[in-house]
Amino acid sequence: MTDNKKSRSRRIKWGRVLDHTVLIAGSLFMLIPLLVVLQTTTTTDVATIKFGPQLAVGDQFFPNLMKAMFKASGFSGQNTGTSMLINSMILGLGFALGKIVIGMMAAYALVYFRLRFATLAFWLIFTTLLLPLEVRILPSYEVAQKLGLLNTYTGLIVPLIASATATFFFRQYFRSVPEELVEAARIDGAGPVKFFVDILVPLSRTMIAAMFIIMFVYGWNQYLWPTMITTEEGMYTLVRGIKQITQDLEGTNIPEYGRANMLALIAILPPVAVVIFFQSWFVKGLTESDK
Amino acid sequence: MKRAGFTSRWLPILLLVPQLAIIAVFFYWPAIYAVQSSFYLQDPFGFGSTFVGMANYTDLIGNAEYLKIATFTLIFTLLVTFFSLTLALLLAVKADNVIRGAKTYRTLLMWVYAVAPPVAGFIGLIMFNQSWGPLTDLARSIGWEFRLGVNFNDTATAMVIVSVWKQVPVNFIFFLSGLQSIPRSVREAALIDNRSATRRFWDVTFPLLAPTGFFLLIINITYALFDTFGIVDTLVKGEPGNNPMTLVYKVYVDGFRGNDLGGSSAQSVVLMVLVLALTIFQFRLVERRIHYT
Repeated sequence: MTDNKKSRSRRIKWGRVLDHTVLIAGSLFMLIPLLVVLQTTTTTDVATIKFGPQLAVGDQFFPNLMKAMFKASGFSGQNTGTSMLINSMILGLGFALGKIVIGMMAAYALVYFRLRFATLAFWLIFTTLLLPLEVRILPSYEVAQKLGLLNTYTGLIVPLIASATATFFFRQYFRSVPEELVEAARIDGAGPVKFFVDILVPLSRTMIAAMFIIMFVYGWNQYLWPTMITTEEGMYTLVRGIKQITQDLEGTNIPEYGRANMLALIAILPPVAVVIFFQSWFVKGLTESDK
Repeated sequence: MKRAGFTSRWLPILLLVPQLAIIAVFFYWPAIYAVQSSFYLQDPFGFGSTFVGMANYTDLIGNAEYLKIATFTLIFTLLVTFFSLTLALLLAVKADNVIRGAKTYRTLLMWVYAVAPPVAGFIGLIMFNQSWGPLTDLARSIGWEFRLGVNFNDTATAMVIVSVWKQVPVNFIFFLSGLQSIPRSVREAALIDNRSATRRFWDVTFPLLAPTGFFLLIINITYALFDTFGIVDTLVKGEPGNNPMTLVYKVYVDGFRGNDLGGSSAQSVVLMVLVLALTIFQFRLVERRIHYT
């Protein structure tokens, strides 16, 4: 009997070992590329070209960081890491804020008011979920050009807001808020504005935070639209500038791996940090918004 | 919907105006414009355009290059969807099993969600660097001379690997949350009925995850079709040449580089129809048939 017990406990242990092995392998699959990039930001370009990524950490991190932040590639000398970082921040924050404000307003109107054309408005808004920007990219560019929005922050942010993801999300959420709340508020004499500002918004705090994280990451990571709309180097975001960074690697001079990889790292860090720090909100928002 | 609403007349309109204005200008106008210009042939020097009817569409069907790209896109989509779903499912099941280190694993397996596709492509360039890339070295050690950007199949392989790397986290998050929402009572009942973990997975867990799986299937197909643009663009270094490309990339190359607005618009319309079909498929078939709640 003791034998039997022993063998069972051993079998369970092996199962655990297998679980952990698979998970560690998966984690390494995810992590190793980042470590390679990280290592090359700490060595000189010559060392990288000669030996490739090594196991040892070099001492060139700060010189590379300086180069990445303050040196510009291209003709105008305006697309330094600093300027691209600022533009990325403006895009990420502006997009998230715009999307949430506009989405909440529209969702509030759709859920809490009796509107004659509510169904029409609903369909007009939710059809936008069906067609991603990528399939209508060229006509969108033409429209933005006609409106004189090339190389402006408005042109960068507003067309990206033209889809109903946040509206849909908040509509779902508002509909799950107990109805008694509105009735109570009305009996107490609260008007629609007061109800929205004093009750609904504070109640949706977690949802707003979750949506903000998702939208910030989404906006920060935009590539195709910024590539088309910004031609001036001073307007580049980090993600949009990545193409120029790769072209630098093809140049006739010594490829600047240290600077390029550092810029890639700077492009990765803010959204990843946000996702890791606010993990539970982010997961909640993601799994509840898309269903 | 029996929700007791407010009865103000102008406030809801005021609230809806910003949303409706933005989608009118930046969604409906471009979409209609795309459909319209798909029937016209643009003068290459910018002197107006001529109505050509369906010519832009018939050109597509007869175009060997377009068909080749469509075939590649199909294979690419299948591979990316298959590998990112199965890998993520495996990892999610294991992550759901363990207790020690669960949170660390979860973080390590999902942070890549926040990496932008072109940055993922850039990391791919580093990993597959011709002279010292770790993955190139790995391929060389098994006698595979990997040449990114030169050899068609090698470039395609790199695209698939990078795209899967970027997509696994999303699927992982959804599968894990799907697994964790399976009630304890169901798990315990299954545990009593069946001692084999493998059988328990296929008979109980897998069917319960099916709705999540089908939802993710559509998400992954859309991802492979559209969101991989940045990966493709950086991996081919912006020079399509003889390299593999996806349909969305072709829309961009023809329209933005080749100035063929009509042809590019026709391709856009084809893609719009494809996405619409996918979405209708998702809503109709999947939602109706697979429903366990």
